[in-house]
Parts: sequence; C-alpha cells; structure tokens
Amino acid sequence: MADRAMIEIQSVSKYYGIYKALDAVSLSISEGEFFSLLGPSGCGKTTLLRSIAGFETPTEGEILIDGVPSVDLPPNRRPTNMVFQNYAIFPHLDVSENVAYGLKRLRLSAEEERKRVADALDQVRLSGLGKRKAHELSGGQRQRVALARALVMRPKVLLLDEPLSALDKKLREEMQVELRMLQKAVGITFVLVTHDQYEALALSDRIAVMFGGRIAQIATPKEIYQRPRTKKVADFLGGMNFLTAKVLGERDDAVSVDAARFGAVNLDKPQGFAAANGEVTIGIRPERLRLLWDDDRAPHELAGRIENRAYFGEVTHLMIGVDGLEQPLSMVETNNYGADDLPIGAEIRLAYDPDAFVLLAEDPPVSRV
Amino acid sequence: MSLLTRRLAFLPWLPAYVAVYFLFLYLPILLIPIFSFNNAATTTFPLAGFTTKWYGTLAGNGAMLEAARNSLVVGVCVALLSTTLGICAARAITRYRFRGQRAAAGLIMAPLFLPEIIVAVSLLMIVLALGLQLSLLTVILGQTVFCVPYAMSVLVSGFEGFDRSLEEASYDLGETALGTFRRVTLPVVAPAIVSSLLVTFTISLDEFILAFFLSGTEPTLPVYIWGQLRFAAKLPGVLALGTIMIAASILMLTLAEILRRRAESRTRIALTPT
Amino acid sequence: MTAAAFGDIAETPAPFRRGSWMRSEEARGLAMISPTFLYALALLFLPVLIVLAYSFWTQDYLDIDRTFTLENYRQALTEPIYRDLFVRSLWIALAVSIATVVFSYPIAWFISFHGGVHRNLWLFLVTVPCWTSYLLRVMSWKVILGYGGVMNTGLMSLGVIEEPLTSLLYNSNAVVITLVHSWAAFAILPIYVSLQKIDRTLIEAARDLGDSRARAFLRVTLPLSLPGVISAFLIVMIPTVGDFVTPRLVGGKDGVMIATAIQAQFGKAANWPLGAALSVTTMVLVSLAAACVVFALRFAVRRIR
Repeated sequence: MADRAMIEIQSVSKYYGIYKALDAVSLSISEGEFFSLLGPSGCGKTTLLRSIAGFETPTEGEILIDGVPSVDLPPNRRPTNMVFQNYAIFPHLDVSENVAYGLKRLRLSAEEERKRVADALDQVRLSGLGKRKAHELSGGQRQRVALARALVMRPKVLLLDEPLSALDKKLREEMQVELRMLQKAVGITFVLVTHDQYEALALSDRIAVMFGGRIAQIATPKEIYQRPRTKKVADFLGGMNFLTAKVLGERDDAVSVDAARFGAVNLDKPQGFAAANGEVTIGIRPERLRLLWDDDRAPHELAGRIENRAYFGEVTHLMIGVDGLEQPLSMVETNNYGADDLPIGAEIRLAYDPDAFVLLAEDPPVSRV
Repeated sequence: MSLLTRRLAFLPWLPAYVAVYFLFLYLPILLIPIFSFNNAATTTFPLAGFTTKWYGTLAGNGAMLEAARNSLVVGVCVALLSTTLGICAARAITRYRFRGQRAAAGLIMAPLFLPEIIVAVSLLMIVLALGLQLSLLTVILGQTVFCVPYAMSVLVSGFEGFDRSLEEASYDLGETALGTFRRVTLPVVAPAIVSSLLVTFTISLDEFILAFFLSGTEPTLPVYIWGQLRFAAKLPGVLALGTIMIAASILMLTLAEILRRRAESRTRIALTPT
Repeated sequence: MTAAAFGDIAETPAPFRRGSWMRSEEARGLAMISPTFLYALALLFLPVLIVLAYSFWTQDYLDIDRTFTLENYRQALTEPIYRDLFVRSLWIALAVSIATVVFSYPIAWFISFHGGVHRNLWLFLVTVPCWTSYLLRVMSWKVILGYGGVMNTGLMSLGVIEEPLTSLLYNSNAVVITLVHSWAAFAILPIYVSLQKIDRTLIEAARDLGDSRARAFLRVTLPLSLPGVISAFLIVMIPTVGDFVTPRLVGGKDGVMIATAIQAQFGKAANWPLGAALSVTTMVLVSLAAACVVFALRFAVRRIR
C-alpha cells in the first residue's frame, strides 16, 4: 500500500495463562483509513483494539503507532483515543465537562478550551446540549458525547469498540452513515471493532476478519464479500451455497473444476492452493442465482423445484432442490416479479454466472492453547 | 394497600404479621422518647404529663457533657479511619483479582462473625501487654477494627456499580493514575464514602462493649449511660439523653441512605446504554 | 507497600514477557488491600493469637507463668459453674438464632416478593432500629418487661391478667426476646439478598409444572435461599453466645451467660489465662454448634426435594 502506515502491528500475541487471545497477528493500517476488525465474540478483535489503546500489554510482538514503538506506553501517552462500548460517560460531569475532560491536561486558555469543546459538539451535532448530565441523554446522544470527547483530543487514531451495538436498528443505521461522514470530515484513522458484518461492509475502507485469535483475511469490503478466502470468512459475511467440486486441471493462475450440475467452472487460483484428494470447496452467493420467468433464456441454466421459502418483505428467500445436488440451493429474489407468490413444490428454472463461483480454502484448525 | 392485600389473598395473615413485627421492632425505640417527656421518675403507664425538665438537667451535667465530647472525638476518628481502610479494601476487592483475596477479605470481615466480647478482651490484653494506657486512642483503634466490615459493605456496594471503563476512558484521554482517581473515581463514589462515614460514626456513637473494656477513665456516652443505669433516680436523664442519641442516629442513617441511593442510581443510569 | 513484602507470592505462572509484576493486577490488588489487611492482622488476628497463648499459661498473682498447661481448659470444662454457663449460653444462642431466622424469614420474603418499588424503604425501616444504641434498646426492654412495665400494665388494662406477671423479666426468656429484637435486621438482610437473587421464572416454572404455591416455595424458593438462611444463622448465633449487656440488664440470676464470667476474669478476679481459656472454649463450642446447625439445615433442605 502506497499510503503511509499509521499503525503497524508486528506479530503480536497475547496469552492469558496458556490461552491465546491473539496468535501472532500482523497487520498495517494506513493514515486516514477506516479499518474494521470483524469477527465473532471471543475472536480477539477487542483484545487487539485494547492493545492499540494501551489497556492490554501484548505478551509478544510490537505495535508501532505513527512509527513509535508503543507496547510499553501507557494509554494516556498514546496518540489514540477510544469510544467505549458502553460509552463510559462520566456520570458526575455534564456534557461539556465530559468533552473537556482530556483538554484540562493540555492547559489551554479558557477561551481556546471553550472553542474546541463547542467545535467538537458541533461536529457531532450536539450543540446546545452542553449542560445536560449523562443520565439526561438518550443512547444515541451518549454515543455522540463519547465521540466528541475522543475527537476533541485530535488523536491520530480513533478506536471504536462496538460503538453501535447498544443502539436499536434504525438509530444504528443512521449512526453508520454519520460515522462514515465524520471520518471523511476529520480525515484521521478510525479502527472499528464490530461483530456485525453489514456494519463493517458499509463503513470500512478495509476489513480484517478474525477467528480464534488469528487474522483470516484482510481486504476491501467488496473483495472480502465477493472473494472470501476461506469457508469461514465466506460464511461469516453472509449466505453462501457451498459445493464440493472435483479438480479437472490447474494452471498458473486458474483452476478448472467439475461443479456437478453446474458443469465445468474456471476459478481464480488462490495462493498456496492445494486440493485434498482432488476435491475442493467452491461457493456461490445466493443473490448471484436468479429466477427465470416464462420464456427468459440464459446462457447457464438449471432446473429445480421450490422446497421452502421465507418472506422478508422486500425479498423472498427460496430453497431450491436440484437433482444431483446434495444440498438445496439458497437464493434471494426481489419481490418485483412475484417470487413471493410461488408455491412450495413449483418447478422453476434458474440462471447463474460461472464467474460468480469462488474457490474456498480450508480453514486452519483452531487451537488456542 | 388494598392492592397488596388482594395480591396476598393466599396469605391473609402476612400483612398483619408484618405490622406486628414492625411494632415489635419499633416499640422499644419509641418508648424511650415517650418516657423522656413524662413528668415522673418512673417508667409506667399511665403517663403523668408532659415535661422537658429531664432535658434541662442534661445541660448542666458536666460528666455527661465530657462523655459526649469523648464520643464525638472517638466517632469522628473512627469514621475517618475505618472509612479510609474500607476504601482501600473495597477497591482492592471490586477492582482487582489476586490470590489470597478471599482470605484477606475474610479476616477483615471477621469481626461481624465474632462475639464482640472476645474482640474486646483480646484487644484489652494486647494493649495492656504492650504496656499502653487505656485511653480514647485505644477505643478508637478497637472500634475501627469493628467498624471496617460495615464501612466495607457500604463501600463495596457503591464501588460495584462503578464501571472500570470510566477509569479507562480517563487514562485514554491523557489523565494519569492519580489524576484519574481524583477526577473520576473519587467524585463518582463520593456519596458511598460519605454514607460510610455516617454509618461508621453512628456505630461508634452507639458501641458499648469495646468502649467499656478499652476506655479506661474517659467514658464515651454508652459507657456513661451504663454507669447511670444502676441508679433508678438517674433513669429519666438517661432516657432524655437516649432520645437525643436515637434522634441523631436516625438522622445520620437517613442521610446515609439517601446518599447511598443517589450514588446507586447515578452510576446505574449513566452506565445503562439507551 | 513494595512487592518485596510479598516475595513468596511474587512468582507468577503466566509467561509475562513485559509488564513487571509490580505493574500487574495482582500486585496492585495486594498493595491496595494491604493497609486494611495489616490493620486487621495487627488488631484482630494477633490479639486472638495472644488470647490463645494466654490460655495455656498460668496466673501467678501479678505475674504470668509461661509454662504450657491445660489446667485452664480443665477448669473451664469441668467446673460446674462454667459448664452450666456454657450450656446455657449455647442454648440461648441457638434459641435466639432459630427464633430470629424463623420470625425474620417471612419479613424478608415479604419485602423481596411484595415490597414493590419501595423495597429499599422497607429494608431501611427494618434496619433503623438495629443501628440505634444497643444499650438503650436493652434498657427499653427492661422498661417493657418489668414488674410495673408496659407489658404488664398493658395486659392488665386489657383484662388478660389480674396482677403483674413476674415471669417476664430477669430470666432467659427476657434475654431471648431482647436478643431476637437486636438481631432482626442482621437476619433479614442476608435472607433478603439471597431471595432477591432467585430468578422469578424458576418459581413460575415450578408452578407451571404443577406445584402449588406452598410446594413451589418449599421445593424452589426455600432451597435457593438457604445460603442466606445459613449466613443469617451464623451472623446471629456466633456473636450472641458472647453477649454481655443483655444478660446483665434483663437476664437476672438465671439469665447469666458466659461473657459475664469472662469479663469477671479480666476485672475483679484478674485471672487472664482462665479468661482466655474461657474465651477460646466459647469460640470453639459455638463454632461446633454452628457447624451442626448448618449441617442440619442442609440435610433438612435436601430431604424436601
């Protein structure tokens, strides 16, 4: 990456006794990047974030923040600030005092301090609420106070620990948009921890997916969704139809496989590709399958019947049984053309794009001790 | 109350039982004020008429005033000392995990589960064995041992609502450990601390056995009262004094309770998202 | 406090590469608790050890003979006067703790299950009398139970009795009544806390599975509140055995308990070793009795299932 690295994590491990919370994690986050750490609970993402903030000391490895080796620096001497999961708004202080909390250490003039607090509150659209106490604020407002309190310090990196998880769905979606806009406006590096794949996809420049204390894949949202490296990554980021395919042949950069009823498919060959006894797992996302109506024709077609369906308002999820496939295929169809009216048992045809298949590597075995 | 009786229809006797129980609890402490205003030197019904003369006799009672001064000195010192020690222990228990934690807490809380006379006797022996004089200081030291468990229970409940992330937020914003304690920890738990001061002061004010064994020639109020109980003629004065002490205790406990609740609701509300 | 003071605990098993032990959670926790712990060590643990030591020595007029002897214990356990006092003290402690727990349980249950939004107020009202001067409360009971006292005049004016009862004051009943009053809050609070911890859906599940209210209480609520009942027992029974004020004020001749004898050894009789032996014996006996009660309670509750 051409951009200057703001955070460099160099084979960081963290043990609790013999339990490995982080297992030799390395990654680099650029200046001005919105970076997400995504994974299920217990995958080590929060430990990694807290190691960057300085609340955890890695057992091994080094963390450079803006080029400065930082593992031995306490949190109050790092150019990072954090938005806590429960916001940690000081209950004995009002909103302005909360935001001004860190500034007090900088010994600014009263005028300067007031201006910076006002600007920060403006930035998160809380102007005029400066005199409110923590318990007089709604969840969304508390989150904004936490953001303002961190941003007012003008950190080089803003760390966000599941900042939206306590909000209800609608507010969460609003805050996602706002968070993204805020990051563009202030232009500093944001590191977000989340277990919500849609949040990570919607907000991030790049995402690191973590399982069992290790990084499974780092990529842009589009790439990580469309080209997941392993089965677990594919599964965690959304629905996926997994198929077992026979390897027909391989070249330098491509593998050709026999995907049962889908016929022969050419796939990009991932690094370190190795087929166990000539079989590989391939996958295709449900929305890449499409129903064909009446006289519609497509270059690649497959016949099947509806085995199950679930109505979701704007879309209908269908389970399609296809002869010769072990598992029914899952697909998503918008309700524009009447997919919600198809009865169970209906015979249908579906179209697919062979390029939409992705070759998935086996996940490394998880061992945390 | 009608709603309550309906809900408890399957246990019709319970409300009545609760009423009787509360009568049992409060009768003794209500009688003392009643008889203290009674215009007779005996404590029998019917009452002989209203008077405040027993309170008047207290004002000119030098020995009693001296005892009251002693109680005040002891109470303030015990409250400060036991609350300080309670803060250390409560913080260690709620904030950290370490080996020996349970054993240490057990020893500190032990006075709750020990016959007071044994604590008193053992302290008396060590004081005399060390060749120290019995004085108010020995009372203070002894009562502190006895008060720390109470201080701790008040403080632990205050500290438990205190979220660690508040302190982390403070470090994260550039504050040092000491500054964090001063600017975040202390203000947030202040009501619990004041509550502990009030409770331990009240306990010290009313505590008798340790004071009796350890006070030497300087009696506290309960020790003074004990001395007066032998003389039937002194009873009305003791009742008047007792009324004042009960009123003071209830006042301080009410204050402590209000503060404790305020502390609780403050931390609870501030830390529940949405 | 420095880490050196805890040298032997200082080895940590985890492979800490950095963050010296001083900065670790364990060190800070120990440093934090050490003032209070050392205070309790010096003024509670050490004195108790000295009492233990004295109990094996002999009073030799004004001096102490420090040769090891069990004579004090022989005296404490065989002399009829002490034996009677021990037996009575234990009986009174047992009666007081059983009565306190039995009478307090419904109150704790009431507050926990039907206290509504005012639970804290109820609890406060329960605790207030217990915080006011113990001495004054005992004195007040003397006024209530006396020959011309409130109880007698009240009963006579109601026509229940013809002339004042003399059996109210100056006996062990008076001691038990007074102590049950003293300890009420100490029993209610732990029971209340353990009742509060019970997940209400467990009781609903028991009802759903066919239990009547009473059976659900016996099979779910009561067993789950047992920890509270046990701590209520301990917190009442153990201190009661050494009570000193109540027997003196309302106990009369047959309400005297062991604490009076202990106090006498440190006062008039001035036989510290015997007083120490009496203290130690009291502690041992009451601990044994308490252990029996706890065991019996656990057994009884297990039988209910």
